[in-house]
Amino acid sequence: MERKTVFPQRLLPYLLLAPQLLITAVFFFWPAAQAVWFSFLRQDAFGIRTSFVGLENFTELLADPTYHEALRNTAVFATAVSLLSLGLGLLFAVLADRRIRGAGLYRTLLIWPYAVAPAVAAVLWIFLFHPQVGLIGRWLNGVGLGWDYKLNGGQAMLVVILAAAWKQVAYNMIFFLAGLQSIPPSVLEAAAIDGARPWQRFWTITFPLLSPTTFFLIVVNLVYACFDTFGVIDALTKGGPAKATETLIYRAYVDGRVNLDLGMSSAQSVVLMVVVILLTMVQFRYVERRVHY
Amino acid sequence: MATLSLAGIEKSFGATRVLHGVDLDVAEGEMIVIVGASGCGKSTLLRIVAGLESPSAGRVRIDQRDVTALEPAERDIAMVFQNYALYPHMSVRENMAYGLKIRGFARAEIERRVAEAAALLELAPLLDRRPRQLSGGQRQRVAMGRAIVREPKLFLFDEPLSNLDAKLRVQMRAELRRLQRRLGVTSLFVTHDQVEAMTLGDRLLVMHQGHAAQLATPMDIFERPADTYVASFIGSPAMNFLAGRLTAGGAAVALAAGPVLRFADGPRPGAEGMPLTLGIRPEHLVPAAEGLALALDLVEPLGSESVLHGRLANGEALAVRLPGRPPAVDRLTLALPPATLQVFVAETGRRLDPSPA
Ligand SMILES: Nc1ncnc2c1ncn2[C@@H]1O[C@H](COP(=O)(O)OP(=O)(O)OP(=O)(O)O)[C@@H](O)[C@H]1O
Ligand SMILES: [Mg+2]
Repeated sequence: MERKTVFPQRLLPYLLLAPQLLITAVFFFWPAAQAVWFSFLRQDAFGIRTSFVGLENFTELLADPTYHEALRNTAVFATAVSLLSLGLGLLFAVLADRRIRGAGLYRTLLIWPYAVAPAVAAVLWIFLFHPQVGLIGRWLNGVGLGWDYKLNGGQAMLVVILAAAWKQVAYNMIFFLAGLQSIPPSVLEAAAIDGARPWQRFWTITFPLLSPTTFFLIVVNLVYACFDTFGVIDALTKGGPAKATETLIYRAYVDGRVNLDLGMSSAQSVVLMVVVILLTMVQFRYVERRVHY
Repeated sequence: MATLSLAGIEKSFGATRVLHGVDLDVAEGEMIVIVGASGCGKSTLLRIVAGLESPSAGRVRIDQRDVTALEPAERDIAMVFQNYALYPHMSVRENMAYGLKIRGFARAEIERRVAEAAALLELAPLLDRRPRQLSGGQRQRVAMGRAIVREPKLFLFDEPLSNLDAKLRVQMRAELRRLQRRLGVTSLFVTHDQVEAMTLGDRLLVMHQGHAAQLATPMDIFERPADTYVASFIGSPAMNFLAGRLTAGGAAVALAAGPVLRFADGPRPGAEGMPLTLGIRPEHLVPAAEGLALALDLVEPLGSESVLHGRLANGEALAVRLPGRPPAVDRLTLALPPATLQVFVAETGRRLDPSPA
């Protein structure tokens, strides 16, 4: 049954929607439109003259080897963060699902990282991984591993991946837990009676039944890793050393705010926007149609 | 085919005791129906047999082998759940094949068995559908098919028909009985529908608050219920109970409602004046010139018969079942044929049989 609310006046629904529409317009559509406009412009070094350059910003961007570098970094970073946070989120959800009585407390503990501001989270990771003062950093150096993420690009990437994934694990776990709890216990019991051992039950029943959740989370995590990790990177490595942890979003910021190249920065923002729109479209497509049973 | 034996099965969830020592011996190929009110522990008992719960005390043996400590997978049983518990992400074919695949059967053998079960249950045209594309009755058949293909030692059914509409239920009931006979698999069938209980079981186990109240053939239970609980549970409308006292040296009962009735089958042991509960089924009461006067307060015409409810002069409730149309009266005088009386001790509710001659 479908329930429809019928408003007596035509105007009322629009009035009710107006605040939300206004906020969306002011804080999203307006800046987005500006970014698109700026991406066709170029300013001279002193910011005095602005000229229309068409698609030049884009062609220059796509030909820039450092942009390719950022693209590669983003791919590595986003894949690793998503895999790690999804894997750990699923693991914790399965553990919590087993002892659901303690899950209230467990959930609260695990949701904390999600609520912690990026800067605070980064400080926490500095405490752990700083080569001289960090707990783990000192230990790594102690056993002779030559740990210094401020100098070693690979190590820097590892640290930002860990920090970014850590913040997302709780979110994933909550969704996986909800997914697990929606699987009727009798289905798993039927599988047990059919002869499946716990591990087989997980891979043949639980995991496939979680696929809508998993797919949704893959998209969310990719979007998070690509666009929402600016704070973590900025606080931990500032994109360094030698741009080793500079992802697309971080580079857009550096070009815009630090290098004051608004045209290039806007062109990058537009590219990112297109990617977000594509990811979101994929998500709606699949969540609505493909991934169900 | 196998035998099943339960010895002193107890189960507690925390402080709540749900089963208080249930014993049951099931012969090869036998179908035992477990009935009882909601919450009396039927499902718990079945789940203990399946290995989904472990008993707090007692042993489960299948074919004399103690399986109490074994996992469900190691017991070689199949279970049909009330909600069917089909695997939602698998086709009907995959649902039925799953247990065989997990157990490492050869592909050809799996296909043969699935095809056989599908033919038996008329599922062949549905093999490639997903469970959510099936009707309730079809899902029920798939659940049956999933149990059959395994060719298990034991079938367990937990109210498998309770989600079906009345007509389908009757049809599936008959099909299920035929199937079980044909396959000859030892079965436990849980229900709280007494028609199912009466028609399906070779023997009936009536459970009451975690105890086995009575284990006997359906007709035995109907005709000679072990206590007032069983008596009231089996038969519809339920048996009437009237208070009385033992009198005439055990040869008769003096009803609280007035009349003194002699037992047809001999005197009962017990002290003079011992409180009794007298049971009589609604269909055994007959209108007569003399007897108990009943003031009717509700008439239920059921087509081929009518059920009349009323009260006796002393306030006790009584139901009568009469063939045909209900008589257009508001009072009835009823006789209680002595041969149909059931006698119970009021204090314990236990059946009181005549003292052996
Ligand atoms: N996991 C559990 N934890 C605590 N109590 C339980 C649990 N499972 C069952 N019980 C209790 O045990 C009792 C028996 O439950 P059970 O499911 O065996 O009843 P049932 O006879 O199958 O009832 P129904 O006809 O409603 O299915 C109930 O009082 C129930 O509340
Ligand atoms: Mg039950």
